[in-house]
Amino acid sequence: MDRFTWSNGLLEMNETLVIQQRGVKLYDGEDKAKLDVGIALLSTHQLIWRDLKNNECCIAIPLSQIIYFEEQAAGIGKSAKIVIHLHSAPANKEPGPYQQSKFSYIKLSFKEHGQIEFYRRLTEELSQKRWESTPMSQPIPTATDSQTGRTRAVGIVGIERKIEERRKETDKNISEAFEDLSKLMVKAKEMVELSRSIANKIKDKQGDITEDETIRFKSYLLSMGIANPVTRETHGSGTHYHLQLAKQLGDMLLAPLEERGGMMVLTEVYCLVNRARGMELLSPEDLVNACKMFESLKLPLRLRIFDSGVMVVQLQSHSEEEMISSALDNVTDKGSLTAEEFAKMLGLSVLLSKERLLLAEKMGHLCRDDSVEGLRFYPNLFNSQA
Amino acid sequence: MHRRGVGAGAIAKKKLAEAKYKERGTVLAEDQIVQMSKQLETFKSNLEEFASKHKQEIRKSSQFRVQFQDMCATIGVDPLASGKGFWSEMLGVGDFYYELGVQIIEVCLALKHRNGGLITLDELHHRVLKGRGKFAQDVSQDDLVRAIKKLKVMGNGFGMIPVGGSYLVQSVPAELNMDHTVVLQLAEKKGYVSVSEIRESLKWERERACHVLDHLLKEGLAWLDSQASGEPQYWLPALFSELTSRDVTPEEANQITP
Repeated sequence: MDRFTWSNGLLEMNETLVIQQRGVKLYDGEDKAKLDVGIALLSTHQLIWRDLKNNECCIAIPLSQIIYFEEQAAGIGKSAKIVIHLHSAPANKEPGPYQQSKFSYIKLSFKEHGQIEFYRRLTEELSQKRWESTPMSQPIPTATDSQTGRTRAVGIVGIERKIEERRKETDKNISEAFEDLSKLMVKAKEMVELSRSIANKIKDKQGDITEDETIRFKSYLLSMGIANPVTRETHGSGTHYHLQLAKQLGDMLLAPLEERGGMMVLTEVYCLVNRARGMELLSPEDLVNACKMFESLKLPLRLRIFDSGVMVVQLQSHSEEEMISSALDNVTDKGSLTAEEFAKMLGLSVLLSKERLLLAEKMGHLCRDDSVEGLRFYPNLFNSQA
Repeated sequence: MHRRGVGAGAIAKKKLAEAKYKERGTVLAEDQIVQMSKQLETFKSNLEEFASKHKQEIRKSSQFRVQFQDMCATIGVDPLASGKGFWSEMLGVGDFYYELGVQIIEVCLALKHRNGGLITLDELHHRVLKGRGKFAQDVSQDDLVRAIKKLKVMGNGFGMIPVGGSYLVQSVPAELNMDHTVVLQLAEKKGYVSVSEIRESLKWERERACHVLDHLLKEGLAWLDSQASGEPQYWLPALFSELTSRDVTPEEANQITP
């Protein structure tokens, strides 16, 4: 931590802010720095840290001082960190928060996450070295080892060597993972091609494919994550899995739907269902495919798509005429209504109350007054009093 | 007698078809399906082996996730299509992104009353991280983008608008065409825009500029400051910096908009 100098935190003319992250605590080597949690800012030239509560307290270090940095994964009760190894401070360094330190590295502890992006940007800046091409007005003290004593230089070399080894090891793990992944992908590609060939044959009605075989084929596609190109659909793009899902949803959604006036936006259903499951979550596509099967399974729910593109699940018992006449009644009662007002009255979301008003308008029962003050609906007097 | 005739005839017809196909060297679809089933079993065990060795890479390394997704896209496979897919089940990629989807929806919903359903990717990122808490796994902006792409299929108007080097995330089905997008991009620098700025930078007529701004007002994406010195300013809450905005809890948001 003795490499840092006090700073006003302002950027120079040629300097740009790259990324900033709140909730960062500094470590002097292994020890917590005697500073609070603050904001870490990365520019093209420096690494700056500012105390969140006391804005005056601001320190910085030039990026050229950084030898190497690495990630330290989070643990139980410990935030993820970035460990930054530094050159020794030059003799002409300006004063900073620490006079001296027995460590030649610091850590940034990310208490509010954000380490992935920060790490990525730091990597970019250190490889681009933009500070070299656009020097700041004050000369940055360049790091030289020539002034340091022999023993310190040896220490640094030792650290650098260990870092290199560890990096090679990590690289090896990653590249091994990628190698294995590539082999896997080759096999997956074969399966994709095979499935395309099968799909074409089914489309051209070659051979004698049974319904059973088609269903089986679809489940293979599902397992592999291959889009279903088969146009002849028995149950939509659904499979046995989606059938089961549809039945589960049929049970699970009855009560919530009743509570919400018989209709729920699909994204709300998605959140509700997945929060309840906790794990083995549904993908958005799983949900849509399952909902498409409600009708064929004769379940009392329907998937419905409004003109605006909004998708909802609604109770089949929920009659359209009821919705429209209730909308008309409410609007006539109050003289006029906006979607927000209607939503408050019914205890529905603004989105759904808007859809009801639009539906009533589509059927000719309401007229709109569209202005910058908002969209307001009136009873259609042309209709009723014509 | 009648039955035997039909039986024999059908079998003979099938044999004839098979022979014809074999002649042309075409493999029957049924046979291919059987073949695929076998290959699938092999693939499944390969994937299991891969998962046992490298599952952590996917969890920890955002870079690895990006590569993985790109490779899948290249060969025509969508690992996030279904929670029942092998990729999801064995590598655990699914749960990660689907849960992220839930968190994104919730953040957008909580802030909709304020920004009309438009939020910068940066702000979304910060808020999602905050909501996930200290002990959760970190997520990158690339992860968010992929999760949002998946949410589109549920038809609620999720989309991304490129603005100033990053994105605005739209979570309501408001129609935004090229004109609207360009004005949003213009407003990005200061958080607001005026009619004369639009006319100067984009060389539009007054009507066109006003039409676009009116639409943004109506959709709740822009707020009008008619007391600004000079001419009225149109502010975009989505572009307000975090320092000048106050956090609203989901409960508060529910009270404001049922």
